[in-house]
Amino acid sequence: MKSAVLVFPGINRERDMARTLALISGREPAMVWHADTQLPAGTDLVVIPGGFSYGDYLRCGAIAARSPIMDAVRAHAAMGGLTLAVCNGFQIACEAGLLPGVLMRNARLRFICRDVYLKVERSDTPFTRGYNAGQVIRVPTAHGEGNYVADADTIARLEGEGRVIFRYVAPDGARDPAWNVNGSTNAIAGIINERGNVLGMMPHPENHVESALGVTDGRGLFEGLVEALDRAA
Amino acid sequence: MIPNSPKITPELVAEHGLKPDEYKRVLDLIGREPSLTELGIFSAMWNEHCSYKSSKVHLRTLPTKGPHVIQGPGENAGVIDIGDGLACVFKMESHNHPSYIEPYQGAATGVGGILRDVFTMGARPIACLNALSFGDPKHPKTRHLVSGVVAGIGGYGNSFGVPTVGGSVRFHARYDGNNLVNAMAVGIAQKDKIFYAAASGVGMPIVYLGSKTGRDGIHGASMASAEFGEDSEAKRPTVQVGDPFSEKLLLEACLEIMHKGCVIAIQDMGAAGLTCSAVEMGAKGDLGVTLDLDKVPCREDGMSAYEMMLSESQERMLMVLKPEKEKEAEAIFRKWGLDFAIVGETTPGKRFIVRHGGDVMADLPIKELGDQAPEYKRPWVNAAKPAALDAEEVEAPMGVADALEKLIATPDLCSKRWVWEQYDHIILGNTVQRPGGDAAVVRVENGPKGLALSTDVTPRYCEADPFEGGKQAVAECWRNLTAVGARPLAVTDNLNFGNPERPEIMGQFVGCIRGIAEACKALAFPVVSGNVSLYNETKFPGEDSGRAILPTPSIGGVGLLDDFTKSATLAFKRAGEAILLVGETTGWLGQSVYLRELCGREEGAPPPVDLIEERENGDFVRALILDGSASAAHDLSDGGLAVALAEMAMASGIGAKLSAAPDDIPAHAYWFGEDQARYLVTVPAAQVKAVLERAKAASIPVWAIGTTGGDALTLGDERPILVKILREHFEGWLPAYMAGELPQA
Repeated sequence: MKSAVLVFPGINRERDMARTLALISGREPAMVWHADTQLPAGTDLVVIPGGFSYGDYLRCGAIAARSPIMDAVRAHAAMGGLTLAVCNGFQIACEAGLLPGVLMRNARLRFICRDVYLKVERSDTPFTRGYNAGQVIRVPTAHGEGNYVADADTIARLEGEGRVIFRYVAPDGARDPAWNVNGSTNAIAGIINERGNVLGMMPHPENHVESALGVTDGRGLFEGLVEALDRAA
Repeated sequence: MIPNSPKITPELVAEHGLKPDEYKRVLDLIGREPSLTELGIFSAMWNEHCSYKSSKVHLRTLPTKGPHVIQGPGENAGVIDIGDGLACVFKMESHNHPSYIEPYQGAATGVGGILRDVFTMGARPIACLNALSFGDPKHPKTRHLVSGVVAGIGGYGNSFGVPTVGGSVRFHARYDGNNLVNAMAVGIAQKDKIFYAAASGVGMPIVYLGSKTGRDGIHGASMASAEFGEDSEAKRPTVQVGDPFSEKLLLEACLEIMHKGCVIAIQDMGAAGLTCSAVEMGAKGDLGVTLDLDKVPCREDGMSAYEMMLSESQERMLMVLKPEKEKEAEAIFRKWGLDFAIVGETTPGKRFIVRHGGDVMADLPIKELGDQAPEYKRPWVNAAKPAALDAEEVEAPMGVADALEKLIATPDLCSKRWVWEQYDHIILGNTVQRPGGDAAVVRVENGPKGLALSTDVTPRYCEADPFEGGKQAVAECWRNLTAVGARPLAVTDNLNFGNPERPEIMGQFVGCIRGIAEACKALAFPVVSGNVSLYNETKFPGEDSGRAILPTPSIGGVGLLDDFTKSATLAFKRAGEAILLVGETTGWLGQSVYLRELCGREEGAPPPVDLIEERENGDFVRALILDGSASAAHDLSDGGLAVALAEMAMASGIGAKLSAAPDDIPAHAYWFGEDQARYLVTVPAAQVKAVLERAKAASIPVWAIGTTGGDALTLGDERPILVKILREHFEGWLPAYMAGELPQA
């Protein structure tokens, strides 16, 4: 799997992501600077990592979405190339028009760093083939603006087309507002685009991959991606 | 000719915080009246915050050496050897005054400042901690301060991208007018690639890097060197504004040019900005410095030399570069979108010369400014020591079970989850033990080594007996590192006190330092960096003297684990294990949380700290952890045995049944007394005998006092308390308080 991790000024989880990609795919990802205009040739997977691109001083992700490299990412996605957008990456992907909706301030108006439980809604995507549909995974969140909001039509479409991939749930998998960490509409934690090749999610699967540090529920996402790409190759 | 307008009047001198005798020293030194810019420079360099003039003579008594110490106090941060060619760089620093005036920005820039101290030395920051002291929860301002400070620490650290892995939060009415924000940063560097502030070589370019200079924070360091009065609110413009985004860029750019070998010397612009950084670089390198202020990148037009020299705009650095690497360094800074300007050069003459608009605005002897600031041996008195309190004379206001439920819901002992959930504590992917345990543990690079980190102090002990309190702060930190299995290596100290011109405050300071020195020596736990914050007091209208904070010498400790996977946590692991109490219990209620919270008394002598016992008991517990005998470990501190047991149960959801208190100690004193040098460990039932025999052979006092299991905690014959109920008490108070659901005064 040849992956490329985008680096915008102010991004700060690119090292976590690169380490996890190298750990699970066995190959160091390329780190791609925001001012570049091209992705490395043969890139299978583009990752937009978490952080505070441009300090989040405008709307989160708004400036990064207009960086030179994002044209290349849009072209990659339009060709069906896989794109994983996590946390600030999800915000950037929404601002770049790769995904619908927007991430608003958390309902309680505070930054929250906490392990959450996600229900994997589908296992038939390249991002979730490492899980079973309905499985509950534990991954950390660390964000102040992860409250997913879209107009009613968009939400209905996302739900109707099965594009909600991860949802905040209680540890037993039940929908429960108390476990919807940021107040997202329909407890949405992650969605895919129409074509199914761009995933945006707020939690950080890349931080839960090593047994020596505890929980490893994030591994499935990366192992699934490696498998999907190796099969395609 | 140095422009000499306006005229320097005694009022102007006083406004700059210089005492008449200090101003006379200025006149003697330069043989003429200073310019306004020069007066500002003296004021910045000779205030308490920058010069340590009241504390220096005492700080010299601290032990600062050890086999693993690479750099002790005096640089941007301390440096210790952690093996494998790596060094740990760390320091703790206060941002107390700004955080009271403007809590969000004050706390945020406190974090920014300490991070800069660490990466200035070539280290990549890997963790932050903090020690926070707030006023009485009932004080109308406290909630606002907690909310702002916590958001500010999170806002800066989260954006910068360093995990905030631990800390402490306490409340006491004595912090009503002066909250404390002590921030600690820890970084990792290659041992042979540490960067220092001392410039070397004549005619080397001095480069200004980072954000532009604005009019913010002018006289911040002087503000931090005076007590508060009614006008403290009006000092808001002296607080700087933080920009973690720029700091993150500055970090990456600095590490890149260091890696490329461009840097000779580097100093961050913290307190007193350009003045302090330029003077320190020159003075430490025995060189002069000439600055050309026309080259300084400014945020606004028309800034005077005075303003530029005293601005505390954040996210700025000063460097001496290798001339042949100038272009390469500039390209790296431009790539990161940061300002880069050559603003001066090193000179042979040991003068500090500042030019602006064609004039020389300052021409001063650089060594006297830096190394030879005034130094005081301020008079001090020891307060009378309170007598020890006999536990038999403390009437228990309620049963032990009721008391435990109440205590774990008090502001000091309750869960601080509401606070640390606002800090990203997992970024960088190395957090082994998250907040909530005895010490945080972070993996070093790809392991197997790990660092244990903790910040500690018990101010009420320091108030009652500064010497014992100083000892206890160090011992508790050492104990917390030990309780996760780490070998304690070194500390940074952040000494927060009131007005040193008052002999009784100076007495607290001297006593605490003596205690710290004694404990650091006995535990081979040297002080490698630190910070002093004085004048933490407020004069209220109609009062003759200010109200000082409790003496609060925060200790930030670093310990090493050879294998991070062997670190112990405090949670009970499984049912049916034996609970062992290590260390002597006498039932010491004097200055305990129990006495204060449930009996409404802050009395008696604090528990004495026997440093030999500390060391022996700690070494025994660490050995049990590292050889796998102990399945859980926890140190005993505030709230004593019962609170420690409750914490172990709540962390796991597993209950425990304990034997009753021994006959010779009153039950409430046994369960809630705060005797020192104690730990709880759990071991599998089959190993109890062997562990007790080991203890006996090593003359370590250890008792099997109970067994884990069930869903309730039962202390002797007291009513069982469901762990679930304990958690409700423990987790409930802070969120309810911050939501405004509890009655305010």
